[in-house]
Amino acid sequence: MRAVSVVEAIAMIPTGASVMVGGFMGVGTPERLLDEVVRQRKGELTLISNDACVPGKGVGKLFDAALVARLTASHIGLNPKAQEQMLANQIAVDLIPQGTLVERIRAGGCGLGGVLTPTGVGTLVAEGKRQIEVEGRIFLLETALRAQFALLHAFLADGLGNLAYALTSRNFNPVMAMAADTVIVTAENIVPVGVIAPDHVVTPAPLVDYLITNE
Amino acid sequence: MDAQTLIARRVAKELHSGDLVNLGIGIPTLVTNYVPPDLKVFFQSENGLIGTGPIPEQGMAHPLLTDAGGRPISALPGASTFDSAMSFGLIRGGHVDVTVLGGLQVDQQGHLANWMIPGKMVPGMGGAMDLVSGSRRVIVAMQHAAKGKSKIVRECTLPLTSVRPIDLVVTDMAVIAFPDGSATLMETAPGVSIGEVVAATDAVLLLPDAIPEMTL
Repeated sequence: MRAVSVVEAIAMIPTGASVMVGGFMGVGTPERLLDEVVRQRKGELTLISNDACVPGKGVGKLFDAALVARLTASHIGLNPKAQEQMLANQIAVDLIPQGTLVERIRAGGCGLGGVLTPTGVGTLVAEGKRQIEVEGRIFLLETALRAQFALLHAFLADGLGNLAYALTSRNFNPVMAMAADTVIVTAENIVPVGVIAPDHVVTPAPLVDYLITNE
Repeated sequence: MDAQTLIARRVAKELHSGDLVNLGIGIPTLVTNYVPPDLKVFFQSENGLIGTGPIPEQGMAHPLLTDAGGRPISALPGASTFDSAMSFGLIRGGHVDVTVLGGLQVDQQGHLANWMIPGKMVPGMGGAMDLVSGSRRVIVAMQHAAKGKSKIVRECTLPLTSVRPIDLVVTDMAVIAFPDGSATLMETAPGVSIGEVVAATDAVLLLPDAIPEMTL
């Protein structure tokens, strides 16, 4: 893990990169990293996140600045801008069930080729996907999902990069920490090594590549 | 009593002590208001919490404690938090005893459509498909009709949420169950006759010998 500034961290992301962003309706989202993505105008992004949040907040800022080319999410209904851009074909949107989304990311981070899920069998979601019968039950094969970058937010980070989360801000963060080539994290509090007890570490330090310093 | 209150009160009677329950947005959210205090029900919020409590008083909201719509909630003593993989493992894995969702259409085989209207409303399915596929019991809480048209139809014309049939639909006119895959009128709302329910329903309803009035 290296401690860096937001400016340095976001400068590493090329235009057109695939980026996972943690958070659920903006809760547990690294706002400072997203503000810097907007400031440096990193565009043509392939964004993977649970939702499109709302304009002005969380990943919603990326739609405000028209920086997203492709979106994989489970819900965009609360962001009219994202919906407009989808209906105008400015962004390609892949809407997938929330449990499938998180499990595809988990598979990507755990070295699996994908998962078999009953969710979506017999619906529009099944179109173009392989169906596999296991012991008499039909499942969809949902492939693993990874990204070049994960932008995450924790409640506590220690000097090694161990992370702990608070309340409902955990959501996709620990799962995405496993599934990206480069993991960049902001934390509400940066604490000395040892403050987060081993049993309370949720994301172990070796998964974190860059921690943003709290100046 | 308005339609939403009636539906929420009737759904609340379906919950039992010890149940892990997931409530969707809209009418289902109102169900918590009618759960008797001595009934120990665990409510899950799929963004990562079991043990959701009431909406916090003004000034008491915690920015990192919200429901799946991003609105502030509280956590009761004994609550637990977890990530989204665990949350949907609970849902898909059959650990959620009851899910209560809103609906756009329910057909006479018990199929639910509640996530999109092609060309009009494409918000994404969120957690709905997992909830219907994996919960032990699926209850739909919705108005019987919208703009004068029955929402309980012969066959869903909107895209299905799941091929797994729901267990119960509670409306402002009736309670309908789907034993053996056929819509069956179980109860009528107070002051509503069986004939009125049948007339207001597009689906073919099976009518058992005894169809009591809802108790609330």
